[in-house]
Amino acid sequence: MAQKEYDVPVLEDHLPTPHLQRDALAHVRSHPAKPELQKALGFPGELVEDWEAKAVAKLGELLQKHRSLRVYLDACVKCGACADKCQFFLGSGDPKNMPVARQDLLRQVYRKYFTAAGKIAPDLVGAKPLTREMLDEWYVYYHQCSQCRRCSLFCPYGIDTAEISMAAREVLDHIGMGQKYTNEVILKCHQLGNNLGLNPAALRNTVEGLEEDIMDDTGVPVRLPVDEVGADVLLVTPSADFFAEPQVDGLIGYAKVFHQAGLSWTLSSYASEAGNFGMFIGSYDHMQKLAVRIRKAALDLGVKRIIVGECGHAWRVAYSLLNTTSGPWDFLDPKYPHPQHICEYTWDLIQKGGLNLDATANDDKVVTFHDSCNPARAAGMGGYPGGQFDIPRNIIKTVCNKFVDMHPDTIREKTFCCGGGGGLLTEELMPVRIAGMKPRMQALKQVMDEKGVTHMAAICAICKSQFTGVMPRYGMDPYMIVSLHQLVNNAIQLGTKE
Amino acid sequence: MSFLSVAYALLFYGAAAVLIGGLGFKIWSYFALPVPMKVFTAPAPRTRSGAALRVAREVVFFESLFHSNKWIWIFGALFHASLAAVLLAHLRYFTEPVWGWVVLIQPIGTYAGFGLIAGLGGLWARRFVEERSRYISGLSDHLMLALLAGIGLAGLGMKYVAHTDIVAVKAFALGLVYLDWQPLPTDPFLLLHLTLVAMLMIVLPFSKLLHIPGVFFSPAHSQVDDAREHRQIAAWNAALDATRER
Repeated sequence: MAQKEYDVPVLEDHLPTPHLQRDALAHVRSHPAKPELQKALGFPGELVEDWEAKAVAKLGELLQKHRSLRVYLDACVKCGACADKCQFFLGSGDPKNMPVARQDLLRQVYRKYFTAAGKIAPDLVGAKPLTREMLDEWYVYYHQCSQCRRCSLFCPYGIDTAEISMAAREVLDHIGMGQKYTNEVILKCHQLGNNLGLNPAALRNTVEGLEEDIMDDTGVPVRLPVDEVGADVLLVTPSADFFAEPQVDGLIGYAKVFHQAGLSWTLSSYASEAGNFGMFIGSYDHMQKLAVRIRKAALDLGVKRIIVGECGHAWRVAYSLLNTTSGPWDFLDPKYPHPQHICEYTWDLIQKGGLNLDATANDDKVVTFHDSCNPARAAGMGGYPGGQFDIPRNIIKTVCNKFVDMHPDTIREKTFCCGGGGGLLTEELMPVRIAGMKPRMQALKQVMDEKGVTHMAAICAICKSQFTGVMPRYGMDPYMIVSLHQLVNNAIQLGTKE
Repeated sequence: MSFLSVAYALLFYGAAAVLIGGLGFKIWSYFALPVPMKVFTAPAPRTRSGAALRVAREVVFFESLFHSNKWIWIFGALFHASLAAVLLAHLRYFTEPVWGWVVLIQPIGTYAGFGLIAGLGGLWARRFVEERSRYISGLSDHLMLALLAGIGLAGLGMKYVAHTDIVAVKAFALGLVYLDWQPLPTDPFLLLHLTLVAMLMIVLPFSKLLHIPGVFFSPAHSQVDDAREHRQIAAWNAALDATRER
């Protein structure tokens, strides 16, 4: 069984659409949140007695709060356009990982309790009662969705499985069936301000260590300030940037960029996390509480501008949802009235000639770029549609002489999820993560074979962790994965401009 | 006036009431439901007119479907375009004198009858032939195709197999509109055609045919990407601002 769980798909010279393998991933279930954890987040500790009524009531509440959910549950015609678009289906063949089938787990229940047709003729329209077995299927398959929204792109009605999986997780949390990984992260972030549970002293220690490393490497005193009241800019970045590889090389890259630009900036120990796992569990309350930390830090420190580091879903929240959850941001500098992406900042600086970059520093690399799902399909950059694709590529092309794109069906808005987003980046979901990574690995292997690609850059902490963690199973070198600002870090000529 | 004519007249008044009432209620409820945050599928247009154009392209050209599956697009587009042509051609039963352009499109309407059947046939065949479609198809998906194909085939049956008195049919239709009931011919194809049409009108607001209003209300397509400039919020989450620490 253990062997079976860790079967790694074989990469061929193209990505075949798999035949259906019923229940291929049905046994892969993420660990449940323990009662103390559930209660700490305001959810019931364990499955409540009247779970059917409670779950239906919660679903009813969500249906009254979100037009998206109601329209998406009504509109599906089962055309199957989405069926072969999800990386978790493509990698596993499990039919319940086809977006339409994943949605249907909730849609069947919706039909049963909220539609006339489902009440009158349940068998005809596939309406089903919320049984214990159905709850288990929800738990399993809504935790095999990375909320990457690739299905939404290909759906004629834009039906977004992320909206449905968020709703399902919100219902599950409210009847006592939370997921350990996401809920632990949320609790840590509420308590200490970041997903990894670094306390302020440890954070200061870590960044001091980084300052020393940069000094040793370059002889230039590049600072990574923490909690500096009166700084112009607050940098909010995923906490993985503080010590995970290759994320930390990206953080050093941001620091060097700010140093060369002479920017007055600071980190915050109160809001030391850009990521927001509240979104993953569909909880507006938790998402808002986490987002308000950034607002509070910005106000307390008196900054005029906010820059967000390389993190995919953090950028979705910062771009699309921060104004809603924790806006208005009218206290920021009118020239930069909303949080910016680090790539927007760096590219702007490059265009103004503010950085001295030597692309030959990356001549040992042929680089490709993995568009992370949330920046690609749930946010924007640069103030125009598609800026989120151009700006990171523009930066890479400035700091690297050799850049190639992967197959056009696997990049930009059509990009595949890394397989670890949306609350799946946990060890027990490894078979799901391996399966979900297959389409990206296929596209990467193709450019490695045909174009000699040696490195893949990303702008998401989860993508980077997922790739470096799972690539060895595909027999690939995890050090191929680089932070985009790691490439900037390599190319920047410190001491020549500032 | 025969019992049958009265029964069909009442059937169509009832079906029309269900269709208009049911669909009207659904549209109103979609309109009234809150949109508490930006959930557009990016890259999204930056202006309202751009977003309207995006929805229009989905409605008219099935743009996303074109990018996802060419077979579904071909059969789906063939079916929907044919249905549109057939419906417009049928206006001749409800207008007197018949509008000029309705007269002009009558030949197209005839061809479209075959296009409609071909499109439905392709869509239906997929549900048997293709493994993934077979898996996701439920009974109602097959019945919906059967209903539409039945309407089309009964219609073509009247044209090519057993004619009906279409002058009388038109008198019946106009009679319904102007509340001046007229007798209905009793040819089997006609009665089948009309029965199935009435069934379609009745099930529409309760079925997956809600994709008709749904396509206009999908936040993924209809939202403008002005998340940074415009604070998207609904009453329920605006109320939560008061609970914020800052």
